[in-house]
Amino acid sequence: MIAPPSDHPLDLGLAACLKALVSGAIDAGTLIAESRRRAAAGADLNAYISLADDVPTQGQGALGGIPYAAKDNFCAIGTRTTCASRMLADFVAPYDATVIERLRGAGATLVGKTNLDEFAMGSSSELSAFGIVRNPWDRERVPGGSSGGSAVAVAAGSVPFALGSDTGGSVRQPASFCGVTGFKPTYGRVSRHGLVAYASSFDCPGIVARSAEDCAIVLDVLAGHDPRDATSAHRAADHCVDALAQPLKGLRIGVPSAYFGAGVDAEVAAVVDQALAAYQRDGATLVPVDLPNAALAIPAYYVIAPAEASSNLSRFDGVRYGHRCDRPTSLDDLYARSRAEGFGAEVQRRIFIGTYVLSAGYYDAYYRRAQQVRRLVADEINSAFREVDIIAGPTAPTVAFRIGEKCSDPLQLYAADINTVAANLAGIPAISIPAGFHEGLPVGMQLMAPAFRDAALLAAAHRFQQITDWHRQRPEVVR
Amino acid sequence: MAFDANQMKRVARLARLRVDDEQLAARGADVDRILGLFAGLADAPVDGVQPMAHPLDINAELRADVVSEVDQSAVLLALAPDAQADLYCVPRVIE
Repeated sequence: MIAPPSDHPLDLGLAACLKALVSGAIDAGTLIAESRRRAAAGADLNAYISLADDVPTQGQGALGGIPYAAKDNFCAIGTRTTCASRMLADFVAPYDATVIERLRGAGATLVGKTNLDEFAMGSSSELSAFGIVRNPWDRERVPGGSSGGSAVAVAAGSVPFALGSDTGGSVRQPASFCGVTGFKPTYGRVSRHGLVAYASSFDCPGIVARSAEDCAIVLDVLAGHDPRDATSAHRAADHCVDALAQPLKGLRIGVPSAYFGAGVDAEVAAVVDQALAAYQRDGATLVPVDLPNAALAIPAYYVIAPAEASSNLSRFDGVRYGHRCDRPTSLDDLYARSRAEGFGAEVQRRIFIGTYVLSAGYYDAYYRRAQQVRRLVADEINSAFREVDIIAGPTAPTVAFRIGEKCSDPLQLYAADINTVAANLAGIPAISIPAGFHEGLPVGMQLMAPAFRDAALLAAAHRFQQITDWHRQRPEVVR
Repeated sequence: MAFDANQMKRVARLARLRVDDEQLAARGADVDRILGLFAGLADAPVDGVQPMAHPLDINAELRADVVSEVDQSAVLLALAPDAQADLYCVPRVIE
């Protein structure tokens, strides 16, 4: 149910919080205390794995006095960083991720670490060793994943923004399910240092917030080269907030029929069609786009991502940190039993698939071929950008589904990523913005832009949020 | 089942994951279904297409060959499930 209007800054978003702090309408201590109170009061949603007690920084820096949450796969010194896994249930990070460090430097205060699908592998936030996350629009439904806790924390108004990570849609799909804005920057724009690795050539820190403007404010703090991340881009970051004010002259929006086709609910497609019509009324041009290889994105992603995961997660061996089995009888027993006990079923499934596709005799048929398909998909999208400025479609093929509806069938869960994985394959920026409702549940529209056109993408999303108010709708939550 | 018990055991060994015998059939069927998802890749028009390992055209960066990290051994050893005398402990590997 849609909540009645509120004038509390936490309900209005990050820009409103900053404005209220500057005007003196609220002080940082009160804002952060209210954020913590709401985070604790919403325990039934299970959005948080732990609540942090960072010392509030009062009014210093671009985000001085602002509370925020971070997905529990970002290291924050002295806090538990569990990745929602039994493997890391007691792991206390010995260092800060670069994004955490930059937010701290900008004066933001970490109020909690949010729940997720274990090691960011999932699309429903049901696959957590710390319990299922619930969607505040309907508690019997999933919030999407894997950054479900971050999306719920923002949707329920406990924080004005939260960090997520997006490997195949893990920021955008939960944003779509929870009626908030979810932004995945260009790969390399924001440092991955301190983000626990899942699939390194896809992993991207992302931002969940109320609006594109709020995402721009945070991106301006996070973006920039980091020598601690070898894949961090050297090029200077645009100032995204400044770019929001520039008029969008003759915006050309590519509309691929493939993103509205098989597997996408007709009602969801209809909501996004109406959103595109709003753009059109505002002066944008809709251009049909042909992406004949779009359907290959899912199989390519689900070969490459598990392959990278199987390598990245080999570090969890029960020796240096993380879960260790009782009374190992040999070193092999220590490895195999610690990992079988520490990892959940989906993580083991992906390690298993990844190991198989990389193994002798299967590498060319699966891994190498998937990498070739990755280039096909990426080239096809980049070619489309010669004719259009952004590409649009439904973020997810459905609205939030019921808890338990898909978690027993991995293929059904993988299909939830059908429109989001392409941006990760190509490394381009993408955003999900609230576009309407179907049967009382939010529907998100995804916009994608060429690599390093993050500012232009945010400006296009911001324009939509100037002519609509879907992003201002909030679920009713008990506080 | 196309993915038989011996294949399951081989991959489990490579992945360093213990799989109990009673789980082999169910896990094998699971893997079979997921490999079915990949079938479309076989017909993809990829002749002459260079594999794409990474979204950015980047080269490995070299830095000056000087020590840049401080000694954090005590902090890191404190995270270990079992450590003694500044060393990680594992089961005996040489009899």
